[in-house]
Amino acid sequence: MADQVVIPQPPEKQPVIAPGLTFAKVTEQISNIVLTRPTPGTWFILFGLSGFFVLLLGVAVTHLILRGIGIWGVNIPVAWGFAIVNFVWWIGIGHAGTLISAILLLLRQKWRNSINRFAEAMTLFAVMCAGLFPLLHLGRPWLFYWLFPYPNYMDIWPQFRSPLVWDVFAVSTYFTVSLLFWYVGLIPDLAAFRDRAKRLWVRRIYGALALGWRGSARHWKRYEMAYLLLAGLATPLVLSVHTVVSFDFAIAILPGWHSAIFPPYFVAGAIYSGFAMVLMLAIPLRAVYKLHDLVTMRHLDNCAKLMLATGLIVAYGYVIEGFTAWYSSDKFEWYMMYDRWFGRYSHAFAFLVATNILIPQLLWSRKIRRNVPALFFISLSVLTGMWLERFVIVVQSLHRDFLPSNWGMYTATRWDWAVFTGTIGFFVFMMLLFVRGLPMITIFEVRTLLPQAKVHGERRDVEGEPE
Amino acid sequence: MSVTHERELYGLMAEFDNPTELVRATRLAYLAGYRAMDAYSPFPIEEATEALGVHDTHVPLAVLLGGCLGGTLAFLLQYWISVDSFPINVAGRPLDSWPSFIVVTFEMTVLGGAFGGFFGMLARNGFPKPYHPVFNARHFDRASQDGFFLCIECRDELFHREKTETFLKSLNPVTVEEVAC
Repeated sequence: MADQVVIPQPPEKQPVIAPGLTFAKVTEQISNIVLTRPTPGTWFILFGLSGFFVLLLGVAVTHLILRGIGIWGVNIPVAWGFAIVNFVWWIGIGHAGTLISAILLLLRQKWRNSINRFAEAMTLFAVMCAGLFPLLHLGRPWLFYWLFPYPNYMDIWPQFRSPLVWDVFAVSTYFTVSLLFWYVGLIPDLAAFRDRAKRLWVRRIYGALALGWRGSARHWKRYEMAYLLLAGLATPLVLSVHTVVSFDFAIAILPGWHSAIFPPYFVAGAIYSGFAMVLMLAIPLRAVYKLHDLVTMRHLDNCAKLMLATGLIVAYGYVIEGFTAWYSSDKFEWYMMYDRWFGRYSHAFAFLVATNILIPQLLWSRKIRRNVPALFFISLSVLTGMWLERFVIVVQSLHRDFLPSNWGMYTATRWDWAVFTGTIGFFVFMMLLFVRGLPMITIFEVRTLLPQAKVHGERRDVEGEPE
Repeated sequence: MSVTHERELYGLMAEFDNPTELVRATRLAYLAGYRAMDAYSPFPIEEATEALGVHDTHVPLAVLLGGCLGGTLAFLLQYWISVDSFPINVAGRPLDSWPSFIVVTFEMTVLGGAFGGFFGMLARNGFPKPYHPVFNARHFDRASQDGFFLCIECRDELFHREKTETFLKSLNPVTVEEVAC
């Protein structure tokens, strides 16, 4: 072995944003998408298409409310079909938005600045889709307020020892805090929109939303403090939300659910699928709106790396589940694992391993991380895989419990598919409205990335520091 | 520059070309003794805030109070419901099984803190405030885009219509103008 100390040279860094931009140019580029440039044809096509699925969602939900959840494929023993699969899938997707906006802010990862806004919007819309499922699954969704502790003439209260009640608090807190965080981030950009809008009514709307922001240094200080603290609060919150979701399973005694690895493995899986969704949104957005200066290859590359890392944690989770089942020598645990690999739903598990573990390994290659169509395809594969993971956890574990006389099968009905595709349509629909009406990139944070934003060294004609 | 009547005057506004000039001007104005003034910029400039001598800890305090309030109320509510108002024996566990109350307590602490931060920031900044005199400055729409401004207000003790204007003009501004109330 040579004693020589080799100092690794850092590889040449790709710039976070393209050189040569000015404050005015950045502002123009982002605000003109909403204020002056004609809406691209792709937008209208997608709007129509997703609008159709929103209508489908409306029909499916109306039918459900009129007829009850018997129109779904849920039964006993599989009482938690698509509704819970989709709930966990959607809420997981939301997690990447908070990770980008809060955790990467605290870690001072400057590259987050051009993707955080639409990632946060993605969080909000994904949580909306997620929240719909448990509500509909209640059976009598119009009594949803029974979930909250409010004084009532029946003199009953929610059961606070139940993870399902924890979930209500976790998800509603998550949505509220994400909304506050998103809105606080929007205020200075709404002021820029107010000042750039040509038409009076447009100016009035943005002006009202901007709350009279004027960019005062005193305001900026409190603003940044509030933003930082909200990020600090959102960080443990986002970890807690999927932990609580995993408690819905882990606290039950069912084999395949009752596992201590669930909280970390659920959180990693959530972030994994969330980054896949960020990429699936970023890639078409930068192509359609020509945002290559602001959402650069470096962003896509970093998202892909985070996806790979969290994907490996998920793979580790699968391995440990198998190991625990074997090592516990518990007959039921081991049977559940055997059934997962070779039982009636083994095709779902095989497909899950392929899409969620094998295909994403392509991301080790730098060439593939820089190949935009490949990234798009891998993200789609991950989203499919993560959906299948939840399907396997929910359905496969439930359909073979302790007593063979309880065993059953689950098949989704067309109404299950209608609600699921309907929420995908709703998500795309909301994203399109967001892109059309609000700044999809945080303008003021991108300004701080420009080299001219730096205050240059003390001029010598200033004597001493202010007290 | 039009001469506004003294009583209708809010202050004098100087526009600067870049953040470095703005920070330098703010420092010099502070050293010259001006206190009732504010810098306006399209993105946060830490040095400008320092130069103004701003010290404000209300927002973190609001977050702390909000968080404590949320967490305490959540825990007490759960305790009261589970022990006093609606006791249910779940597999012989004690009624005050506090570890299962921690999740909701935590979530409500975060929610309280977030509300504290959000409303604390809005309240301290005086938002919503649809009208403010500085919006009367001619190029002030650029303060949210690419303009850097320093406004010395006439409520400052040292404010003098001509002397302050001369002082601002010595700071290498792009323009200096009067801001009406």
